[in-house]
Amino acid sequence: MALIKNEAVKFKHKHLLGIQSLSIPEVNYILTEAENFVEFNRKEQKKLNLLNGKTQINLFFESSTRTLSSFELAGKRLGADVMNMNVSNSSMKKGETLIDTAMTLNAMNPDVLIIRHQDSGAANLLSQKVNCSVINAGDGWREHPTQALLDALTIKLKKGKIEGLKVCICGDIMHSRVARSNIYLLNMLGAEVRVVAPATLMPKDVESLGVKSFTNMSEGLKGSDIVMMLRLQTERMQGSYVPSTREYYEFFGLDYKKITKAHPKAIIMHPGPMNRGVEIDTTLADDINRSVIKEQVEMGVAVRMACLKIICGNKNK
Amino acid sequence: MKEKCLVNSRIIDPKNNIDEVGGILIDSKGKIKAIGKKVTKDSVSKETEVIDCKNKISIPGIVDLRVFVGEPGYEYKENFRTLSEAALSGGVTSVATMPNTSPVIDNVSILDFVKRRAKDKSTIKINPFATLTKGLEGKEMSEFGLLQIVGAVGFTDGIKCVQSNRVMDKIFNYSKSLDTLIVQFTQDNELSLDGSVNEGIVSTRLGLKGIPDIAEKIIIERDLSLLEKYKNRYHISTLSSKASIPVIENYKKKGLKFTAGVSINNLSLNENDIGDFRTFLKLSPPLKKEEDRLSLIEAVNNEIIDVIVSDHKPEDEESKRLPFQQATTGASGVETLLSLALELHHNKKVKLNTIIKALTTNPANILKIDAGHLSVGSSADITVFDIEKPWVLKKENIKSKSKNTAIEGRRMQGKVEKTFVDGVLLFNS
Repeated sequence: MALIKNEAVKFKHKHLLGIQSLSIPEVNYILTEAENFVEFNRKEQKKLNLLNGKTQINLFFESSTRTLSSFELAGKRLGADVMNMNVSNSSMKKGETLIDTAMTLNAMNPDVLIIRHQDSGAANLLSQKVNCSVINAGDGWREHPTQALLDALTIKLKKGKIEGLKVCICGDIMHSRVARSNIYLLNMLGAEVRVVAPATLMPKDVESLGVKSFTNMSEGLKGSDIVMMLRLQTERMQGSYVPSTREYYEFFGLDYKKITKAHPKAIIMHPGPMNRGVEIDTTLADDINRSVIKEQVEMGVAVRMACLKIICGNKNK
Repeated sequence: MKEKCLVNSRIIDPKNNIDEVGGILIDSKGKIKAIGKKVTKDSVSKETEVIDCKNKISIPGIVDLRVFVGEPGYEYKENFRTLSEAALSGGVTSVATMPNTSPVIDNVSILDFVKRRAKDKSTIKINPFATLTKGLEGKEMSEFGLLQIVGAVGFTDGIKCVQSNRVMDKIFNYSKSLDTLIVQFTQDNELSLDGSVNEGIVSTRLGLKGIPDIAEKIIIERDLSLLEKYKNRYHISTLSSKASIPVIENYKKKGLKFTAGVSINNLSLNENDIGDFRTFLKLSPPLKKEEDRLSLIEAVNNEIIDVIVSDHKPEDEESKRLPFQQATTGASGVETLLSLALELHHNKKVKLNTIIKALTTNPANILKIDAGHLSVGSSADITVFDIEKPWVLKKENIKSKSKNTAIEGRRMQGKVEKTFVDGVLLFNS
């Protein structure tokens, strides 16, 4: 297979902890690599030996379906030996600290640790204590860099560009690492980013991240090229942040009526898993003329392959 | 003990309105025998040990109103001996200790134990606080009367705030007749639930739950409303937010008598210093914005805030080597209290006399203890420092048992040279 050589850009990082620490050339480097893998992944024969002999450990402290399987598949397609750590049954439950667990795994000489953790900053902490590379697969409410990269790739392939696009991110911005990583990344790539949420789910001083914030969804959607919906967790729907699911849907759920405010060719994205009928109309979510939710999942594998290739193949670490 | 005399020193004693170059004569019992410009090398007898303090400033030994010591229960973090060494090197001669120990200091026998341990092991003066509520639970008031008899100087839940309005009302009402000192850590639990930093751009960027300004203000407003009704001795332990200052100012203008403190951390650092999850700067109250810091400094200068405390909270590495959300709060600080406070003088933000008052006279008055002044006949607790001396804090030089400083590597100007307790030179740099 012909992978385009893209060596001109030096990717200096040993770890991928967040979008905030990346530069524009580095992001473009990852996206270009990923684009190659999109094509490759559609082939019948999709196994490479780029990471032959390397060990990848997926250390997930929070349950996950798509991110975990996406990373697992990405590693395997590149030829790495992949191990999934089921943390809910492990010694963390017996009182071992994150650092001790990390040190134990570190002693097994992995090449890359993929970590998801419920605490913001957990991936940073881990990266300071282990010898191998660390890829953040989501830490608390802070960052989920590979999700933002796959979203950017999806947009790029659908719209041909990112610069100048109006992107509207709607939902539980406060508790969303996906929103934060996307804000950083899309801002960096020249998009105009807006966020829409009820005031109780809007992080304080969010505008200083370089976005416009709206509590009125129709205003936020106006002229948007991309509508990115976020999941609202069940426990936040019942009175503590918003009065009820149905009230939330009335004002912040995306349906055929509200989408008319956006650009006629606007595409709809969702990082999954979706609450149909809560944040998005079920028919709209499946509308192949509008929704690119399935493409996002496909891009996810490609982006993670690119990240693994770059991080594991980085000799400058 | 031989008589000794500090000479040629600039002496600042806010209580007695002294700010002059002179000497301090200490008698054989460790009391101040004479003080002022008339006390010189030539005015004392030949047997007197003369200590030249040229270009140095002598002030009353610092009284630190908020210090955590690990006895009982957390001796691995700090014990009375290590606390004493740390405090003396920072010019602190009296401390008020918080009751957040294990077990907590909420009954007479634990208090008695602490008093005896302090007497045996401590070389500085320990003034223990007991809890406001039993078990720090915020439900039932502690035995104020009995605990005062055994020696509790005041009552506070330390790192916790009494939430229930009913309980707080009963505390004010009951303790009024006992002249009890109530010290509140002013933070609403529900509004600050799971919060680990100030609510604002830093909490948004780091993806952490923030603590809003209103969490502090709402408790201050409640307590001062109750205080208006009962008029107890009441002190706000550690103000952190700009939004709370007008509330305090207004009540003070109305003539309500109470006092307020601030942690030196909130005067020296802001939320940006947390960087990418530096858990040593996870503090309670949290570091706030630069504008909050500047407002707090102004309030110290205007004497709306009466006291500066170190909020010395020694913590072992293990409780800090965790994800930010899980890491414990607090920083060690008794050793650097004066040096950091002097920054406010060097920056021309606060008058030197006001700083000294906030570190000595005012906290002693709040506790009603005989300290914080250099009157003839009083104990010679004296701190001598060089106001110009530059130095850098290094972790390995920290005397406290725990090394969790929030200001490692900071360049400071002004350092303690000598500390006397009851006339005995216990620290000499």
